[in-house]
Amino acid sequence: MLSKRIIPCLDVRNGRVVKGIRFLDIRDAGDPVEMASAYDHEGADELVFLDITASHERRQTVVELARRCAEELFIPFTIGGGMRDESDIRKVLKAGADKIAINSAALENPGVIGRCSKRFGAQCIVVAIDAKLVQAEPEKKWEAFVHGGRIATGCDAVQWAIEAAGRGAGEILLTSMDTDGTKQGYDIDLTRAVTTAVNVPVIASGGAGNLDHLVEVVKKANADAVLAASIFHYGTYSIAQAKEHMAAAGIPMRLTK
Amino acid sequence: MDLIVIIDYGMGNLRSVEKALEKASRQVMVSHNQGDVRAADAIVLPGVGAFGDAMVRLKRLGLDAAIKEEVTAGKPFLGICLGLALLFEESDEHGVHEGLGLLPGRVELLPTNLKIPHIGWNRVSVQKESRLFDGVPNGSFFYFVHSYAVVPKIDSDVLCRTEYGCEFASGVERDNIAAVQFHPEKSSSLGLRMLENFVS
Repeated sequence: MLSKRIIPCLDVRNGRVVKGIRFLDIRDAGDPVEMASAYDHEGADELVFLDITASHERRQTVVELARRCAEELFIPFTIGGGMRDESDIRKVLKAGADKIAINSAALENPGVIGRCSKRFGAQCIVVAIDAKLVQAEPEKKWEAFVHGGRIATGCDAVQWAIEAAGRGAGEILLTSMDTDGTKQGYDIDLTRAVTTAVNVPVIASGGAGNLDHLVEVVKKANADAVLAASIFHYGTYSIAQAKEHMAAAGIPMRLTK
Repeated sequence: MDLIVIIDYGMGNLRSVEKALEKASRQVMVSHNQGDVRAADAIVLPGVGAFGDAMVRLKRLGLDAAIKEEVTAGKPFLGICLGLALLFEESDEHGVHEGLGLLPGRVELLPTNLKIPHIGWNRVSVQKESRLFDGVPNGSFFYFVHSYAVVPKIDSDVLCRTEYGCEFASGVERDNIAAVQFHPEKSSSLGLRMLENFVS
């Protein structure tokens, strides 16, 4: 049986991890590759790196990041940030990334999803969606935002997920802007709305504050994977603890210890 | 083993396979040259992508004949993902394509009503004693990315099986020939262990 996945996410600026971390046995807590290797040893199923370098330099830094990760990592990893078109994406995949994540570029130019999916395979094209609640009654509606959540698109997030999957996205990375950073748990309604609507794996993101939140979004919203940053970076929980907790709740997990 | 050749025929990025094997062996060479395939002590055939394209590329480089002759003569062979599929007689993927035919059987679309491609970590249950699984607990998880699966004609060729809506052969082994559907180079420490087992 296919396992559910735990995916730590690292924000990287100019080749350095932005958030601090707890691993005591690594020499350089700001080095994304060293930190990623530590997560691999701890049992992370995949990794996501988001390059948040200022956009004019990002085309270069993101390729370099992919190249360095490919040298050291023996689990799949996704790179996101700053890729605008097919040529940018090709460079990052060629540098060794298993998957790329696109957000703004996909919304502004949806054709890029289909072209890249056909050329490189659906399995390596992740469409990232930042969604925000815009209507609560009579039914909830969410809108997709771009450019780090700064710009509204007028596009319904669930409809956009359906379109992205239809165009060839292999996976949806779904972040709730309402729960992100709150540590109050994932947005269950949003996640369920998307997992029900599309037939590709959905990675839930935004809001994990404890291990029950991971269980909840898988059980109640049928997420295929859970992405989290701060609960792992700041040492609140280890990956192994998180996996054991989820497995104990009856979720199929890859236990490594 | 002294020299391992990883066959590069334009089907995907081979850097991670190369890095993983470098951890286990002193001499690893990535090559599309049939002379290198003949000179090496062991052959690794990785690859992702379409079966038909892969055979066209192997033939164009003269690698199909080199692989068949060397493997038939007893040279150790490890196929990964597409490298497993190519061992068989034919595939249904976008038309019917002839494979290397080193093992009897076919390649068919995964017979499942679950999501395709099958992507992620899944359990591998070992069907027979094998050096490849030394130190790897039965039922361990490995990383898969594929839409097609092999259907070996001879049951005893099946090394391991995996469940994804149906049970399929996730690895085969016969004499000097071994191949797996999953990606050991992306399967963390147990994947690396398997590659070490192949090399040693």
